[in-house]
Amino acid sequence: MKIRIKWTKTGVLKFIGHLDVQRYFHKAMLRAELPISFSKGMSPHQITSFAAPLGIGMTSEGEYMDATFDWSYSSEEMMRRLNAVMNEGISILEFHQIDEKEKNCMAVTAAADYMVSFREGYYNKEAFTKRCEPFFFQESINVVKKTKRSEKEVDIAPMILEIRGEGDSIFMKLVTGSAENLKPHTVMEAFCNYLGYDYDPVAFMYHRLETYLERNGKLMPLGAVGKDLMETTGYEEFMAKKAAEAANE
Amino acid sequence: MQNTQNLALKDEILLQVEKPVRYIGNEVNMVVKDPEKVDIRFAMCFPDVYEIGMSHLGMKIIYDMMNRRDDIYCERVFSPWVDLDKIMRDEKIPLFALESQDPVFMFDFLAITIQYEMCYTNILQILDLAQIGIFSKDRREDAPIVIGGGPCTYNPEPLAPFFDIFYIGEGETVYYDMMDLYKEHKANGGSRAEFLHRVAREIPGMYVPSLYETTYKEDGTIESFEPIYDDIPRTILKQVQMDLSDTFYQDKPLVPYIKVTQDRCVLEIQRGCTRGCRFCQAGMIYRPVRERDLGWLEKTADTMLASTGNDEISLSSLSSSDFSRLPEMCNYLIDNYRSKNINIGLPSLRIDAFSLDVMSKVQDVKKSSLTFAPEAGTQRMRDVINKGLTEEVIIHGSEMAFKGGWNKVKLYFMMGLPTETEEDMKGIAHLCENIAMNYYSLDSEYRHGRVQVGASCSFFVPKPFTPFQWAQMVEPEEYQRRAHLVNDEFKSMHNHRSLSFKWHDSKTTVLEGILARGDRKIAQVIYDVYKNGCIYDAWTEYFRYGTWMKCMEENGLDYHFYTTRERSLDEVFPWDFIDIGVTKAFLKREWNNAMEEKVTPNCHQKCSGCGAAKFGGGVCFENKNKMD
Repeated sequence: MKIRIKWTKTGVLKFIGHLDVQRYFHKAMLRAELPISFSKGMSPHQITSFAAPLGIGMTSEGEYMDATFDWSYSSEEMMRRLNAVMNEGISILEFHQIDEKEKNCMAVTAAADYMVSFREGYYNKEAFTKRCEPFFFQESINVVKKTKRSEKEVDIAPMILEIRGEGDSIFMKLVTGSAENLKPHTVMEAFCNYLGYDYDPVAFMYHRLETYLERNGKLMPLGAVGKDLMETTGYEEFMAKKAAEAANE
Repeated sequence: MQNTQNLALKDEILLQVEKPVRYIGNEVNMVVKDPEKVDIRFAMCFPDVYEIGMSHLGMKIIYDMMNRRDDIYCERVFSPWVDLDKIMRDEKIPLFALESQDPVFMFDFLAITIQYEMCYTNILQILDLAQIGIFSKDRREDAPIVIGGGPCTYNPEPLAPFFDIFYIGEGETVYYDMMDLYKEHKANGGSRAEFLHRVAREIPGMYVPSLYETTYKEDGTIESFEPIYDDIPRTILKQVQMDLSDTFYQDKPLVPYIKVTQDRCVLEIQRGCTRGCRFCQAGMIYRPVRERDLGWLEKTADTMLASTGNDEISLSSLSSSDFSRLPEMCNYLIDNYRSKNINIGLPSLRIDAFSLDVMSKVQDVKKSSLTFAPEAGTQRMRDVINKGLTEEVIIHGSEMAFKGGWNKVKLYFMMGLPTETEEDMKGIAHLCENIAMNYYSLDSEYRHGRVQVGASCSFFVPKPFTPFQWAQMVEPEEYQRRAHLVNDEFKSMHNHRSLSFKWHDSKTTVLEGILARGDRKIAQVIYDVYKNGCIYDAWTEYFRYGTWMKCMEENGLDYHFYTTRERSLDEVFPWDFIDIGVTKAFLKREWNNAMEEKVTPNCHQKCSGCGAAKFGGGVCFENKNKMD
């Protein structure tokens, strides 16, 4: 059965890269002794998919992964078991069953919300928070994207879905995903250029709030397409299937 | 979002260095204690980068042992990588331990494990960044006591002025005694010098280098080595943990976030090796061979896998095939863990019917390769080094493997061994060719495409406490010449397209040779090299041979004294004051046997009276093997 898990990444764990987070979860599943499914073949591996990678140094309260389980306890029990083996900084917020036909979360990610805050001693925050609107309503916001081969100019304005000052921080909703992706760092670099400041990458702290998919023209959180399991589910079916397989051999 | 845990390094620094996760600690199963509530703060250091250090078994055992006591908090320290090293120097940030993130200078002890010669400048980096004084004599009263341990301390002399204490032998035995002595001494307000004197006097196996003096003859060899007090031992007895089952082991290993070199559970099944290869230091210093108990091993495997979530467990020993309970242990792991998709690693197995059967169950034969360690290319050379592996056994083993579906074979060799001739060198290529020929002579049902025979060659470095401690090395150019000669021979083989040959860097070999059999005079060279900016010599991209040679010269030292010089059998070696159980008389006998190409049986077959029986256990006291 397909499960979509939502979790946080905070504290010192923000220094752990995307691939290491995947390894972390694979080991956590084994520590928690959960009935996670493995792929068939000579080197079986856990069937998981992770949504939009979070850059090193960023924190989040809206991370998602999909995992396939042979069967499952109730969502509450699965979360309790997972949280019991988590380190400080990663905690499980949701454990939702999703329809078998749902595409994996990496493929469907469409947007994400971020809160950008300022480290002390670099910039005048107000210069940014008070001028989000004029920055946003520019006709185009051209940035130079560097690839290994070339540099090209891209207009990121259409990929900024929302941006506004919120107290001492900046809220932004950006297009995210494997097809089109805009990092909040790129927006802040463009913002610095707009304000005529030199861009200092360490001045900002990035926190992801939520990750979305698009359905019927509307954005909804990745976890919203699933539902809580109220009780142990799929156990008898799985055992019957295994018994049938054993009988066949 | 600010950190909830306090880190030693600011975000701004962590975000500009490679792999910041090396410096943040907080791994699963990390021990957390309140430093205010312990009597002793003990920093355990592996002087290389995190991924290497976190893979080391000995450090895990000490970590477990120390932290079992409520009055001690043992924390980990690794070498900052070169990027952070520069920042720490520029900003004068003191080296810190991962658990509490507190500076090392606040600790009572800094214990450094010394696993290979090429880490010596990294040790100086650790002492320097910790801001506690590079030389023992410069250390303040409140600085941590710096202890060295591990295989390189069997010749501690090149590092003598940098350490307060060397712990000679296995860590499990007397650390608690030393800690108790420290607590008592601290409570009585005793001085640092008095503590070191008491350690040397009261704790066996402890070598306090500042309390011993060396004089040299005109030819540079040792005239005398004497303690400066009458009440401390003249020889230091190696410490051995005789009971390996009722002892310390980290059954809940830390789970690093990044992939470390050994990204798996490691289970030590026995310590020591009965084989007695004459070049091998581990085979001598870890005598006598001691096995762990099967029940203990099974229980520990279960706990390690459950507590880490690792998907691989690997058995560890110098020669796993000699472990008497190996079949039971393998079956236990296969029966209990194959169905759970846990990989089982079985390194250092001899290739025979049993091991091939086990390996075919735990690995994909199409992808994996089989490893042989003949170490030398001809039977004559293998007799000299006492490697009891014959060409017939190798060919038979590889043939069985080919019939089992494997078609990749790896072989390890050494060059530059004593008495090596051109025929011995070319023999390496010939042996590999014979394995390939044998494959192509098999019926087609056993052949799956082209066979791959990969030979990998290192250059021999004579080590203290081996029968080859008297051996002469050759010049770096000569190692290269020999490697090219073998390479050319490989190219002239009929099946050369199925063979490959790789060899190590010869300059590293020369330096290892200098340091391995070095004396106290070398210490100043290490210091000068470090002051010239060298660290991470074990990483070829940072190894600067020229700087080492320049500093040798500036100190009036000729490297030939340490490498190519012929040593007489009655020369006093810098490490002779250490008693490893195995006697110098036995080593001499073995050196002579080597020169006569005479093989010595292994400990299971017959006791050769090496001296390790004085420890009163292990293989020396198996029924069939009592000394006559």
